[in-house]
Amino acid sequence: MAQDKITLEMVRHVARLARLELSEAEEQSLGSDLNNILVYFEKLNELDTSTVEPTTQVGDAGTPLRDDVVTNGPAPEAMLANAPAREGFFFKVPKIIE
Amino acid sequence: MADDLSKLTITQTRSLLRSGKISAVELTRACLDRIAKVEAQIHAFITVTADEALRQAAAADKRLSSGHAPPLCGIPIGIKDVYCTAGVRTTCASKILANFVPPYDATSVARLRAQGAVFVGKANMDEFAMGSSTENSAFGPTMNPHDLGRVAGGSSGGSAAAVAAHECLASLGTDTGGSIREPASFCGVIGIKPTYSRVSRYGVIAYASSLDQVGPFARSVRDAATVLAAVAGVDPMDSTCSARPVPDYEAALTGDVKGLRIGIPKEFFVKGMEPDVESSIRAAIKQYESLGARAIDIALPHTEYAVGAYYLIATAEASANLARYDGIRFGPRAEASTLAELYSQTRAQGFGAEVKRRIMLGTFALSAGYYDAYYVKAQKVRTLIRRDFDQAFTKCDLILTPTVPSTAFRLGEKVNHPLQMYLSDIFTISVNLAGLPGLVVPCGYDSLNLPIGLQLIGTAFGEASILRAGDAYERSGAISLRDAVV
Amino acid sequence: MSTDETYEPVIGLEVHVHLLTRSKLFCGCANSFGAEPNNNLCPICAAMPGVLPVFNREVLEIAVRTGLAAHCEIALRSVFARKSYFYPDLPKGYQISQYEAPLCVGGYIDLPINGKTAKRVRLVRIHIEEDAGKNIHAADGSLVDLNRSGVPLLEVVGEPDIRSAEEAGAYLRELRDILCYIGASDGKMEEGSFRCDANVSVRRRGEEHFGVRTEIKNLNSFRNVEKAIAYETRRQIEKTSSGQRVLQETLLWDPDKEATRPMRSKEFANDYRYFPEPDLPPLIVEPELIERVKRAMPELPAERRARYIDQFALSPYEAEVLTSDKELSECFESVLKSGAPDLSSPPPSAKLAANFLITEALRQVRAANRPINDVFNATDIRGLLSLVEGKKISLNAAKTVLPELVLGQSSRGNPHLAQQPGGARFDAEQVVRRFGQVSDEAAIAAACDRVISAEPAKVAEYRAGRNQMFGFFVGLVMKAMGGKANPQVINEVLRKKLAAD
Ligand SMILES: [Mg+2]
Ligand SMILES: [Zn+2]
Repeated sequence: MAQDKITLEMVRHVARLARLELSEAEEQSLGSDLNNILVYFEKLNELDTSTVEPTTQVGDAGTPLRDDVVTNGPAPEAMLANAPAREGFFFKVPKIIE
Repeated sequence: MADDLSKLTITQTRSLLRSGKISAVELTRACLDRIAKVEAQIHAFITVTADEALRQAAAADKRLSSGHAPPLCGIPIGIKDVYCTAGVRTTCASKILANFVPPYDATSVARLRAQGAVFVGKANMDEFAMGSSTENSAFGPTMNPHDLGRVAGGSSGGSAAAVAAHECLASLGTDTGGSIREPASFCGVIGIKPTYSRVSRYGVIAYASSLDQVGPFARSVRDAATVLAAVAGVDPMDSTCSARPVPDYEAALTGDVKGLRIGIPKEFFVKGMEPDVESSIRAAIKQYESLGARAIDIALPHTEYAVGAYYLIATAEASANLARYDGIRFGPRAEASTLAELYSQTRAQGFGAEVKRRIMLGTFALSAGYYDAYYVKAQKVRTLIRRDFDQAFTKCDLILTPTVPSTAFRLGEKVNHPLQMYLSDIFTISVNLAGLPGLVVPCGYDSLNLPIGLQLIGTAFGEASILRAGDAYERSGAISLRDAVV
Repeated sequence: MSTDETYEPVIGLEVHVHLLTRSKLFCGCANSFGAEPNNNLCPICAAMPGVLPVFNREVLEIAVRTGLAAHCEIALRSVFARKSYFYPDLPKGYQISQYEAPLCVGGYIDLPINGKTAKRVRLVRIHIEEDAGKNIHAADGSLVDLNRSGVPLLEVVGEPDIRSAEEAGAYLRELRDILCYIGASDGKMEEGSFRCDANVSVRRRGEEHFGVRTEIKNLNSFRNVEKAIAYETRRQIEKTSSGQRVLQETLLWDPDKEATRPMRSKEFANDYRYFPEPDLPPLIVEPELIERVKRAMPELPAERRARYIDQFALSPYEAEVLTSDKELSECFESVLKSGAPDLSSPPPSAKLAANFLITEALRQVRAANRPINDVFNATDIRGLLSLVEGKKISLNAAKTVLPELVLGQSSRGNPHLAQQPGGARFDAEQVVRRFGQVSDEAAIAAACDRVISAEPAKVAEYRAGRNQMFGFFVGLVMKAMGGKANPQVINEVLRKKLAAD
């Protein structure tokens, strides 16, 4: 497509950022889906929003303040119960290279 | 008799339970029997918790006999599988959480539990609440109880279908862009999405945090009010949850709509809307006028931009919310010899196509060089949409619209056309962007016997007012709910 | 040294500080160091599905106090943001931080060098964020401990105003001192509660624009910060002056090899996709809170230094050393004013106390590698120095006694410690009995006479003009007196006796 909003290269870059391994077929189909969606989203550019403040939240302002008290005791067994790999009370992953 | 019990409303069962005419165990058994009978065709649940339900029902009977039972004591309820339930598998309809057992309850679940409600199971949904048909479930779709070849809507399709098919008396869903209201409309039940921050989101697996909201499905407006009252209100575990007091929703159901100014936005009567839908909505407006309300033409001029703004904001938030599914602390993990593989393959294998699509879209919208053009732009449009509603509410007390331009579509019809699917939320999405409450009440059936729902949009924290209007319509006897085909 | 005639380094430091709260930033888990793995962990800080953050009130107080101490502007409205990257010690896949709207903006730290303000380092901002957990590298994989996940941090971002490794060290020490004084942090670099990343670039002296910078991580001691910056400065100067290019990259400091090396895992994580945190409304600070914190602000290191010079006539050097450690300076003040001294001796002078603490006490503290309060009881030191001040014992005797006053050792068989309820305490009577100084002129004169008659040849030499031999005689007299004579009295008596005849 001439007015590609998102190239195959960008699809790969975004997939890397999102830690998603995509097959070639997925790269193609996701690329074309995203293109169609982004072309439709171009609609937003019909609106002049240069003087409009963004809305990030619609609730009340002022985050509640929690008292500084310890309410949780140690529960390592419960916290590791769903872990796919562990060693003792550690979660375990393949070796990290720094 | 057992089958009949499952058809009762909460209001009807309450006096039977209190007077001892029926027991919570009998009522629960009736629902479990119904589940056993219809689940093969409906597939409203991912997990049915029959044993636990009967234990809860027995405990509820004790409380009922003591004479001090809260309103939902002994009432069988379905819980969308997006809510964490302590000790009960919570999958979010995703392979990536296929075996996750949370050690905690969502606040809403805890509040229902505290009332003695009976949980019959975890309802099917679109994976991570991403979808409008419940076809994006890793456990297979839910079928519409009024036509098994059609979708139940989504993402809370299981919760809506379960109530429509009498598998439980009420259920909890969540609504981010229409995920309660669209399936309520498709399945012919009542559904309410409260004002953003009215109900705690703690323990509800996040899709889009600034839009997600908890709400009930029921078979009467009064039942929906009862369940909403049980879950609404401040929660110290959710920083975005409002501290405003919760009004007595049931007391608000006076049946009186005289002088009510009902706004009718012209933008919601679009080309391509199914004629049966339009005529049902028009008839409902007439019905309200006959009850003494006034219909007023209003404008919500930015409605057509809502879908674009919504999908950028929601997917951006989702792309971060779903980063925790990495196969390290929970969930299945892909075979991997390096950390990079662990991440990218666990996530590739664990997430379905629509979830991947939205993660990709959201990651893109936030990425360097595109943030302002997409994410910030969408948030500015969100401001314009809020202003539309502020303007409109200077002229009217609530707004009446169709919920969806169509009735339930066929399974598979839109699943490969993501943009088509997104556009089915066109009438519900702007309400989430503005953070307002929206109530869906069945208002008719099309020529194929498929339900049609009207949507009542209130001002922020105006749940009582839309519930009153919905209840008045329901009481006027304009339509009667039809049974499921199974 | 990191100085060069042609090139100068441009250094900006980012410091991450653990805050001294009881609980974590967004959940009710304990904020404590050294717990068993994954014991300080709950669904929230483990990022289980559906959980939400709730902000800790104490963090706001500490952050405002820090901002005020560093002369920042406190934003009445600040916004949390998500910083996204994948790493096993980051359970949510994003860190909750502040980005576009931090709590503290601007500000500065003045560096003291010899009591004068030698340099002002401006701050960009101070913001609140959560810490990540810890990855521990084992043979067949890495282990993840999330106890630290969600511990409250302040990130103090400095402007690139620093021009040498030494200045970097001075800046860090001053910042650490401020944070300790206001109770924000324990400042323990070794335990990771005070961490520093350094951005380093070099440019020709006189040039305006900055060179390509590298970021050095893993700087876990003041020495390592200075060494790493000096090393990196040298490396960049060598590259630049030989016409090579410095690459913009993240480096790790290897303290064993004393060299920096590129960090591989960061290659691909440089698009953090910040956006406002939808789970937390903006942080609103009431102006009354700022006023209250201002009123309750404790004395800061710079103020205390000035006071010591002013009130106690200490030298800038003495004032700087004493105030560089909050507990040391508190000990100093306790020595000057605590309880009535034993044996009716006058309290020690500030000069005596300062010198004794800086030289003798600090030596013991360093050897013990514990905070001074764990090593000494200020009352013990006061008692000891009162005896010196009252000439009951010599300074040398006090130096001899001091190691025996180190806390935590048994008082059994220790002649200077009397067992008291609540621990060992200095026993003045015992010390005087053993080291009590003889100032009795008659006794000293007798000893002098014995020495003079025993050394006729040396005396003759002295009297012939070898004045420098005086010390030799003092030593002999002191020895004859068993080391207990008052040296001033010896001096007087001996001088007279040697001059006679
Ligand atoms: Mg940081
Ligand atoms: Zn925690």
